[in-house]
Amino acid sequence: MRLERRAETPAVLSMAVPVLALLAAFIIGALLILISGASVPAAYAAMVDGAFGSRFALTETLTRAAPLMLTGLAAAVAFRARLWNIGAEGQLYGGALAAVWIGTAPLGIPDALLLPAVILAGAVAGGLLLLGPAVLKTRFGVDEVVTTLLLNFIVLLFVSMMIEGPMKDPMAMGWPQSETLPMAAELPRLIPRTRLHAGLIMALVAAGLIYVMMTRTVLGFEMRAVGASPRAARFAGMGVGRVMLLVALISGGLAGLAGVSEVAGRTGYLTLDMSPGYGTGGVVVAMLAQLHPLGVVLGALMVASIFVGADAMSRAVGVPTYIADVLVAVSLLCMLTAMLFARYRLRRG
Amino acid sequence: MEFIDLLISAGLWATVLRIATPLIFGTLGELICERAGVLNLGIEGIMTMGAMVGWMAVFQGADLWTGIAVAAAAGLLVGLLHGLLTVPLGLSQHVTGLGITMLATSLSYFAYRLLLPETTTPPSITPFAPLGDGWWQAVPWLGEVIGQQTAPTLLALALVALVAWVLYRTPAGLAVRMVGENPAAADAQGISVTGVRLMAVMVGSALMAVGGAFLTLSAFNAFFFNMMGGRGWICIALVVFASWRPGKALLGALLFAFFDALQTRLQQMTGGALPYQLFLMLPYLLSILALVVMSRRAAYPQALMVPFRKGER
Repeated sequence: MRLERRAETPAVLSMAVPVLALLAAFIIGALLILISGASVPAAYAAMVDGAFGSRFALTETLTRAAPLMLTGLAAAVAFRARLWNIGAEGQLYGGALAAVWIGTAPLGIPDALLLPAVILAGAVAGGLLLLGPAVLKTRFGVDEVVTTLLLNFIVLLFVSMMIEGPMKDPMAMGWPQSETLPMAAELPRLIPRTRLHAGLIMALVAAGLIYVMMTRTVLGFEMRAVGASPRAARFAGMGVGRVMLLVALISGGLAGLAGVSEVAGRTGYLTLDMSPGYGTGGVVVAMLAQLHPLGVVLGALMVASIFVGADAMSRAVGVPTYIADVLVAVSLLCMLTAMLFARYRLRRG
Repeated sequence: MEFIDLLISAGLWATVLRIATPLIFGTLGELICERAGVLNLGIEGIMTMGAMVGWMAVFQGADLWTGIAVAAAAGLLVGLLHGLLTVPLGLSQHVTGLGITMLATSLSYFAYRLLLPETTTPPSITPFAPLGDGWWQAVPWLGEVIGQQTAPTLLALALVALVAWVLYRTPAGLAVRMVGENPAAADAQGISVTGVRLMAVMVGSALMAVGGAFLTLSAFNAFFFNMMGGRGWICIALVVFASWRPGKALLGALLFAFFDALQTRLQQMTGGALPYQLFLMLPYLLSILALVVMSRRAAYPQALMVPFRKGER
């Protein structure tokens, strides 16, 4: 038995790949539900109901999808150029920290400009955080996987230092959290009496812009060329280092925006438990989308609904909540395998 | 003077050796995988699984060494999964590794909650006891350091020598290094590249899992969520620092553990004048610094992260 590259992947097959992967993940999930002694149909019904069954459920899923779209785009953009950015979690917190700092510091920024300043600060902070590892990669050949991973810990400790120190909210009854953003720095609510906010619009616009950039601009072409073969790209006269640095700024910036979306849209202040793993979630979203920017929107909705739905399922039938993470991890691995079989076929001999 | 006293105190070095033990297991495990050409980013999850499974076995009545063996077996199985996905299928080692970490971590948490529903205080076991008195007490300073260790730490130290011997002195070690450097040449010699890589990933993952089990069976006596706290990722940095050599891996683990141990003591000595987070950042910053310094002359296994498919270039 060996794998043989297909001359061309049939369109039907590439469309079927994510569906098959998710199906496989839910079959494995069903086994876990059986092991924990609950009824599979009842559990999955509770899950669907919890994710989409009411106005509240639906808006919660959308609220959770917004940061996942942004971290998913961050991963998709970087992975296209084969910059392995595993540090989206740190960039998210870095972006959130910068956003809160700009929003609460006495800088005299006029109200009308405060929200744009907050958004910009978050994107710049996230971008700069990835710029370091990208420079180390292009200049010294330091593997970016390890540096971006380690930076996650450094950023989280720095955030902890700030929200227990200079940026601590004196009104928070001793809890380590930052001061609350003023009204003018908040992303507006989209639907009253729900938590759905304009971070979703921000994420959708970002997806559209990244799509245009990747398919219609020179930079997008260069990114894909560098990702396909850095040597060929260099031979064709492209500044591989320059492309890498731009990719780093864009990817880190998107992850930073995810942090902005959370502080300016959902919580209003920064705590250390703000992200339930949106960084690694973004990697899954990007792979489910096969690194396609518009596919990221769908992938993020899928992953968000698994998380929101699994919470409801856990409450309804008593399956441990960690089943959500299992489902997401299994769908990632199934998706990778399914993508392989879309590109290759199995041959005897 | 106070600082010098601290540096030569047997207490500090006993702590260093204890902190280093899971890192030695993890780094050796990662080193074996990478020497065969497979990056294993599943390490953080595999260590978590080892910690949970080993502890759960002992909690259910198995003795401590059986717990270690059960953890190793779990690591072997997760390693097999990572190996199957990355070796014969040749999937991206980066993304697969992250997936393995997510899967192994969440499955461990899921299983822990399933077997032990809601409790406020985590249930505990009787962990490995320190070695205490013995003939080593005769050696002045070293005896005191060794007396405070548990048996798995000695196992880790012995494994450094064993792994070095196997890698450099046996046909199996030669095969591992060959498939990591030049799989086509290994294949031409009749070595099964797929087989050797799969074995290496499985054995390496088993060691990682034992490193995790050390935490629950020796360093602590209970399983906590997020208890790995990034130790796995540190091991990956340590492998680069060690230039893929077992001896240097031991050195790197000890150095890292030294800064970790020093950090708590420095915190006490400065008496809260500086934010404690600065000290906690130190090991990570040093890891990045070490990577920058070492990467300039790093001798990566040439086929690291390159899938091998017969007859395809």
